[in-house]
Amino acid sequence: MKFWTFFKKSTPQFFLYSLAFYLIILLLSQFNIISGYPLLIIEISLIYVILAASLNLINGFTGQFSIGHMGFAAVGAYVSGTLTTLIWKLNVDQPIYQTVPLFVVALLLGGIAAALVGFLIGLPTLRLRGDYLAIVTLGFGEIIRTIINNIDYVGGPRGLLGIPQLSNFTLITIFTVLTLYVLRSLIFSSHGRAFISVREDEVASELVGVNTTRYKVMAFTIGAFFAGIAGGLLCHLIQIAHPTQFGFLPSFMVLVIVYLGGMGSLTGSVIAAFLLTILEKYLLPMGLQALSNWTLPAFGFQVGVEWRMVVYALLLIVMMLFRPEGIMGMKEAKFMMPEEH
Amino acid sequence: MDDPVLTVQSLTHFFGGLKAVSNFELELPPGVIWGIIGPNGAGKTTVFNLITGVYRPSQGKIFFLKQDITNLKPHNIIQKGIARTFQNIRLFGNVSVLDNVRIGLHLNYNSSIWETILRTRKFSQEEKKIREEAMELLSHFNLCSRWEEKARNLPYGEQRRLEIARALATRPKLLLLDEPAAGMNPKEVDALMELIYQIRQEFNLTILLIEHQMRFVMRICEHIKVMDFGETIAEGPPAEIQNNPKVIEAYLGKGGIH
Repeated sequence: MKFWTFFKKSTPQFFLYSLAFYLIILLLSQFNIISGYPLLIIEISLIYVILAASLNLINGFTGQFSIGHMGFAAVGAYVSGTLTTLIWKLNVDQPIYQTVPLFVVALLLGGIAAALVGFLIGLPTLRLRGDYLAIVTLGFGEIIRTIINNIDYVGGPRGLLGIPQLSNFTLITIFTVLTLYVLRSLIFSSHGRAFISVREDEVASELVGVNTTRYKVMAFTIGAFFAGIAGGLLCHLIQIAHPTQFGFLPSFMVLVIVYLGGMGSLTGSVIAAFLLTILEKYLLPMGLQALSNWTLPAFGFQVGVEWRMVVYALLLIVMMLFRPEGIMGMKEAKFMMPEEH
Repeated sequence: MDDPVLTVQSLTHFFGGLKAVSNFELELPPGVIWGIIGPNGAGKTTVFNLITGVYRPSQGKIFFLKQDITNLKPHNIIQKGIARTFQNIRLFGNVSVLDNVRIGLHLNYNSSIWETILRTRKFSQEEKKIREEAMELLSHFNLCSRWEEKARNLPYGEQRRLEIARALATRPKLLLLDEPAAGMNPKEVDALMELIYQIRQEFNLTILLIEHQMRFVMRICEHIKVMDFGETIAEGPPAEIQNNPKVIEAYLGKGGIH
């Protein structure tokens, strides 16, 4: 096979683009063009890509309205954080070949723990629909947070401190690419079409032979697994796992990303995750900082830095008015769809 | 006579205090086209919902090919070889025509999640077969050229045909059609009859249908059951039904010449 015909196929393209992205950012950071805070923002964006894409499997593709996604991330973060910090007592001065494999194991165990919780949360979804399900998932997220708040071993409300900074750009990229690969393989397959049929019409889906119960629970389990991994990566990046990181507001942010990008579009989740993280962590603080010295003359009050949520809300309103289906709607970029057989 | 495909014994169903279906009996011989008719609210669709497991019957038993399917879940019943369409079309609107049929084919293939993620050879071959089979089914229904279209964008008649195609994708032995001719003009009804005869032949089907259009029922069904307020009020070949005073009464009301 000739080189370029190989890269006309979408899966090689997917990996090629991922590699190109990785190398470009790596190069830029080597030359200190991107370093420190901007690099951190890119890393956090990638983690949000994992969170949003996995929530999209539950919300966008399977049509189950779940809003406690950060609860799963919390499980993953605390399990992996406890393993690396409290049990194995890893630290960054140890050689990489000792820490990285253990860190990966910790991440996977965190993911599996989150998947178990996702499985448990998936069970009530057999009976609940729409708003009711949303309330239950919200409740579960809060339960997880409250439980963590009350476990002294992991720091309780103080949070789990002193987590070694084992996440780095390379590892985060690898996990993000793997997540997207697994999700796109799943969605564009016989199983994926079953997920989508549940979203489209649950009764009709059951009556063409799809075991809807199984697929709903599966969506929650798989979604939670990746959220758990994302949580592990996040707490090993910012070196703290704190109950408030996993409360309703961060969950809401993930939900906004999914809606902004497009329900049922992985490509959309990727774009929106970058857009919103950069907006939140970089542009907005900058812009509001600049504005904060400027007083609205007519009303005589100052524009504060805490106006972030207002911008969020405005963004959502504007989107709902002009593009209710999100940036991508249900469409995918070509390299996000595996080739048809 | 051959063993019946479907046997329904004293099927009764309550919605709260309302007796929607009462003592419904049926012995459906293989290869036939039978019909259930009756005024609105007679319980016809409820019978279909009971057979396919959407509701659990309050009383009575349902056997499909001698197996008791009374308390199975819908997807298990479909797996055994019953397929159905809906009174108000229920396609998967936001996915393509091809995918609608491919979802129906989902049952017959069993690549695991791991094989799917790793895209193994078995998985690729299966996907290829699913696609081919789906396209072949679509060609039966003259929908081949429409395969990329979103199902919701099809005109009404094609949506009806696609729904039958999707039902056949599950490889049924018994097909339940819920008002297949609803909203069709006489010409389309003729085409539909042709199609139903054709698929019965080709897929070795037994067909049970619910219908309102008398012209259609009288011509296509070999045997008709008439329901009213959940009760079976008459049954027999079309000619007999047509002249049955009870049926006329149910449809037109009491009165006339006394």
